[in-house]
Amino acid sequence: MSSASAILEARELDVVLGSARVLHGVDLSVTAGETVAVLGSNGSGKSTLVKTLIGLHPATSGGVRLYGADPAGPSRAVPWQKVGYAPQRTGATTGVPATALEVVASGLLHRRRLRPGRDARARCLAALAQVGLADRAHESVQVFSGGQQQRVLIARALVREPDLLILDEPLSGMDRASMDALAATVAALQRRGATVVVVLHELGPLAGLITRTVVLHGGRIVHDAPPSSRGTDPGVVDAHPHPEPPAAVPTAPDLQRQW
Amino acid sequence: MSLLDPVTTMLASPLMQRGLIAALLIGLAAPVMGTYLVQRRMALLGDGIGHMALTGVAMGWLAGAAAGPASPDALAVPGAIVAAVAGAVLIELVRTRGKTSGDVALALLFYGGIAGGVLLIGVAGGTSANLTGYLFGSISTVTAADVWLTAGLSAVVLGVGIGLRHALFALCHDEESARAAGLPVHALNLLVAVVAALTVSVSMRVVGVLLVSAVMVVPVATAQLLTRSFAGTMGVAMGLGALVCVAGLSITWFHALSPGATIVVLAIGVYALVAVAAPVLSALPARRGGPPGDVRGGRVPVRSEA
Repeated sequence: MSSASAILEARELDVVLGSARVLHGVDLSVTAGETVAVLGSNGSGKSTLVKTLIGLHPATSGGVRLYGADPAGPSRAVPWQKVGYAPQRTGATTGVPATALEVVASGLLHRRRLRPGRDARARCLAALAQVGLADRAHESVQVFSGGQQQRVLIARALVREPDLLILDEPLSGMDRASMDALAATVAALQRRGATVVVVLHELGPLAGLITRTVVLHGGRIVHDAPPSSRGTDPGVVDAHPHPEPPAAVPTAPDLQRQW
Repeated sequence: MSLLDPVTTMLASPLMQRGLIAALLIGLAAPVMGTYLVQRRMALLGDGIGHMALTGVAMGWLAGAAAGPASPDALAVPGAIVAAVAGAVLIELVRTRGKTSGDVALALLFYGGIAGGVLLIGVAGGTSANLTGYLFGSISTVTAADVWLTAGLSAVVLGVGIGLRHALFALCHDEESARAAGLPVHALNLLVAVVAALTVSVSMRVVGVLLVSAVMVVPVATAQLLTRSFAGTMGVAMGLGALVCVAGLSITWFHALSPGATIVVLAIGVYALVAVAAPVLSALPARRGGPPGDVRGGRVPVRSEA
């Protein structure tokens, strides 16, 4: 089912979580070098889609391929070292304290590498510098704000120097300067040919970098095209355009709001 | 008579020598796994495993009694290890694949473990009094063979807990992201469960199954108040664990007290002391002009964003 150069693929993907059908017949193929924004309202299935694409949720039916392999299958089949994933911050601040450096260093691990390695410290500090937190590397993330914790999770994904970066609502809780820094980071990843899939409510400062928008509604893809194909400037997208699962592409007034 | 004479006399006792070596090893090893359990909010897992270990003690008694009347106690610890490992794996399977919530699974092990232990010890011809030493710990039950077993199991616990600390931290801090990073999460989860079971088994002789979880968790809770890193918490917890285990056991040489209870009360006392003192210590650097939040306690909220 893999198409040439597709590194992420879903075919007729259905996902049922508990008693709820979250995704309905989703078809999606992401090729190397794309920067894809997955948009939709709360509960539309955005996070479930990206989690299923990297094997964190099992597909109920249909198929998923990550670098040509089943991400929910034997983990050795997928080149996980190429994949960076930053989940949406959970907000958990209990448990044993951990410094930002420790959290980011955990991003260096993968199946064949259970220790961070000799150059870990320099790489982690560089990743934290990318999100503007290098000076707070030795502080417990428990005392960080929500936006700062989100930036640490992004640094943990960036430290892998991924070919595929998946960000789940990375802008939540971020101030404007952090958003701009993230946009610069995504632009740098684009320049070296990396693929980026980012779950968003609004394109915000990433608007100019997005090469393709995928809009989910009620667990179905209702729009999948480059931003320019809508005939709009890619500003901010409010992606709950339809009360019912629609066939039409959302219109500009539905989607756009000045950021 | 020197003030040190009572201590010298204590250290000259082979019984205390064995007990103190075991206490030192347990004090170092138990908080290592306790750090991971606290990190993943499973602080009571040690208790659940401990209760299962009691059934294992009784199973060992049953097997020992069947083998011969000379030493029905001989297979108690091996039985506890088998039952604790089986219980830990069961909890892990229920947690990851079952439809029963983690706390219900733990409750089933609590009740089933105690009931199974009392029932089986009766079948083996003993009474629940035979379980008392395992419930609350007894230094008199520590033999030379136990010390060697304790040393071996502690080496495994410390080897895994410290040697794989990076991977285990990644797992316990954010299991979902560890899976997305390609870490062998299922294997690591089972490893944590099995090594936690070994920790319970090794600690059982000194502190008892009812209090073993305290030695795993309370030093970690105390260390959290003093540090701001995971590695620091684990290191301080190991030091505190060793300190309270050795000191608590030493107190029982001079006073007829239960070693397990003494160790745990001492550990909780240290926690209370640190809990009172930590905010004061945390405030000191700020008064000296240190940056806000840059304090040992790491508990001062620093929010430059919403």
